[in-house]
Amino acid sequence: MPTLAGWGQNLLVTCVAKIPKEAYCLRSLSMNLHEYQAKALFKQAGIPVPPGVVVRKLGDLREVYARLSDNAWAVKAQVHAGGRGKGGGVRIVRTRSELAAAASALLGSQLVTPQTDADGLPVGALLVEALTDIQNEYYLSLLVDRAHERITVMASSAGGMNIETVAAETPELILTTVIHPASGLLPYQGRRLGFALGLNKDQIGQFGALLAKLYTLFVRHDASLVEVNPLVLTKGGELLALDAKINLDDNALYRHPELVDLRDPSQENEREARAKQLDLNYIKLIGSIGCMVNGAGLAMATMDLIKLHGGLPANFLDVGGNATVHRVTQAFKLLLSDASVEAVLVNIFGGIVRCDLIAEGIIEAVRDVHVRVPVVVRLAGTNEQRGREMLAASGFNIIAAEGLSDAADKAVKAVA
Amino acid sequence: MSILVDSNTKVICQGFTGKQGSFHSQQALEYGTCLVGGVTPGRGGMTHLERPVFDTVVEAVAETGAQATMIYVPADFAADAILEAADAGLRVIVCITEGIPVLDMLRVKAALVNVDTHLIGPNCPGIITPGACKLGIMPGAIHSQGRIGIISRSGTLTYEAVYQTSQNGLGQSTCIGIGGDPIQGMNFVDCLTLFENDPQTEGIVLVGEIGGTAEELAATYIQSHVSKPVVAYIAGVTAPPGKRMGHAGAIVSGGQGTADQKFQALAVAGVSIARSPAEMGTKMKALL
Repeated sequence: MPTLAGWGQNLLVTCVAKIPKEAYCLRSLSMNLHEYQAKALFKQAGIPVPPGVVVRKLGDLREVYARLSDNAWAVKAQVHAGGRGKGGGVRIVRTRSELAAAASALLGSQLVTPQTDADGLPVGALLVEALTDIQNEYYLSLLVDRAHERITVMASSAGGMNIETVAAETPELILTTVIHPASGLLPYQGRRLGFALGLNKDQIGQFGALLAKLYTLFVRHDASLVEVNPLVLTKGGELLALDAKINLDDNALYRHPELVDLRDPSQENEREARAKQLDLNYIKLIGSIGCMVNGAGLAMATMDLIKLHGGLPANFLDVGGNATVHRVTQAFKLLLSDASVEAVLVNIFGGIVRCDLIAEGIIEAVRDVHVRVPVVVRLAGTNEQRGREMLAASGFNIIAAEGLSDAADKAVKAVA
Repeated sequence: MSILVDSNTKVICQGFTGKQGSFHSQQALEYGTCLVGGVTPGRGGMTHLERPVFDTVVEAVAETGAQATMIYVPADFAADAILEAADAGLRVIVCITEGIPVLDMLRVKAALVNVDTHLIGPNCPGIITPGACKLGIMPGAIHSQGRIGIISRSGTLTYEAVYQTSQNGLGQSTCIGIGGDPIQGMNFVDCLTLFENDPQTEGIVLVGEIGGTAEELAATYIQSHVSKPVVAYIAGVTAPPGKRMGHAGAIVSGGQGTADQKFQALAVAGVSIARSPAEMGTKMKALL
């Protein structure tokens, strides 16, 4: 480990107080790329990565034998989750038969890591790489820092470790520098970080160039996170991105059509992926009360309310501001495809759309979708009384609620 | 009194002749907003909703004396629209547009440093002073003139707070939806400062969400600078860590920005906590 001495310590004093802790939050907020996809973009940008081959079926191993030196390899499962090493998704193999055995064990399996749920994620591809002789490991990332409203660089001599753990236990090992969008990354910022990491004079130039390329890549692709953990210094004195992680800003994908195809739906919950296609915002949870709400904030509030009343929400579902018959119908279908849903709570704040029209939509959807579980509905806004009356008179198993608390109460009782 | 906008505020709409712009401009006019015209590049010289259309914001300002704008242009043009409005000297810029790339907003915020304007949003319901001026997509009918200032990160949850304060006979001085994006214009502290100094506002309802540290910063500010009673609700107690709940900003990860941490910070600052979203109105009433 390089020591952080001299004026590097001053850098720490000025920077550590401003570690953008909440910036980690952006990790799961956007479209994730696989390591092999991120490394392809790195390579394109001139950032050195180890030689590697993507293996999707055992036959692809021929490519490994043809292109990589024939002594030892790292086999890395390509899933959208960290902690792959702990889950057995990263293996070092030293013979062709070991390689084939690792590949056949991993391909098509579900990889469970500390960051996945108990089902894990399907392994559809492996990245097989030549082994690297490592002298030293570092952490390096760029991210959108909400607190500063800037892109911030984080670097640490504690490479290869979970950076949240480093931040919690040894925050003095984390260095940051904030980039102004008008100037972009400046050479002095690379030098400061590089010297503080303990790199020598020859390596500083390499580090500065690599960081500049990462920044250009970040901006060019509208990333929200670019992370290299570890960045390694090889025994030959070269800096190399041993791992690579890129998250892209969903909102900017419209201007990067070439990146849209990199989405891997197999890594997303099936129902969540279907919801995305329908432009509905859905997240599966563990409870029994299906929720359908307009607006993300109100949807979260509805889940909180169910919990306060002693129940558990089966999902988060935001149908958006425009609660039309079509959207409500689609949302019902999606909700009810989850067998754990025993009752549905619909909470719609009418807004500009009148409540009697929304009630009409709900009744139509309940009829069309053949909803069999009780449906508790809370409507607020213009004509809410008329909406309630229509729901009560519908002849379906629809329970009209008066107000938020009453709705949660009735939904919890319906599954009791 | 109220904050930022009142019945004398002259308002224009950017994206005036588009579908969203037309619909919400019509609604604003019906509400009684002093909407004096709009901007759609290439449509200058036309009349729309009986108001003049201009090619540029600077022209609209010169001709109408507009002070505020509401922006309904698509996400790829929104950053440009915000800065055009700022450059034309508009004092209040409300950006309703959803889905603006985060790096665009980052550049916008850097460009607005030292510019004398109030940016609200993006990805927000807007601002309303009941009975006087409506810039945004909120349903006008649920509001009533009154004593409570409302600040919220979420759209429909803002309406919930409005509805409850109306039901409890308190009414609202001004309501601001600051939006749910990670990089945004006015934050809680900016709004709290204005409400604290507004004589009409007697109490403040603050509606927060998981993710980020805006609520914690608000708590610190309230403790030392706000004398008026504040009620706070934070959505997302039940949100699973690391999951995105609709808004880009609403993420809990690595133990940061959870609803419980925010409730705790606000309670320490002397804020009345509504654990249930159904209690925002009654808690506020109890304090007055």
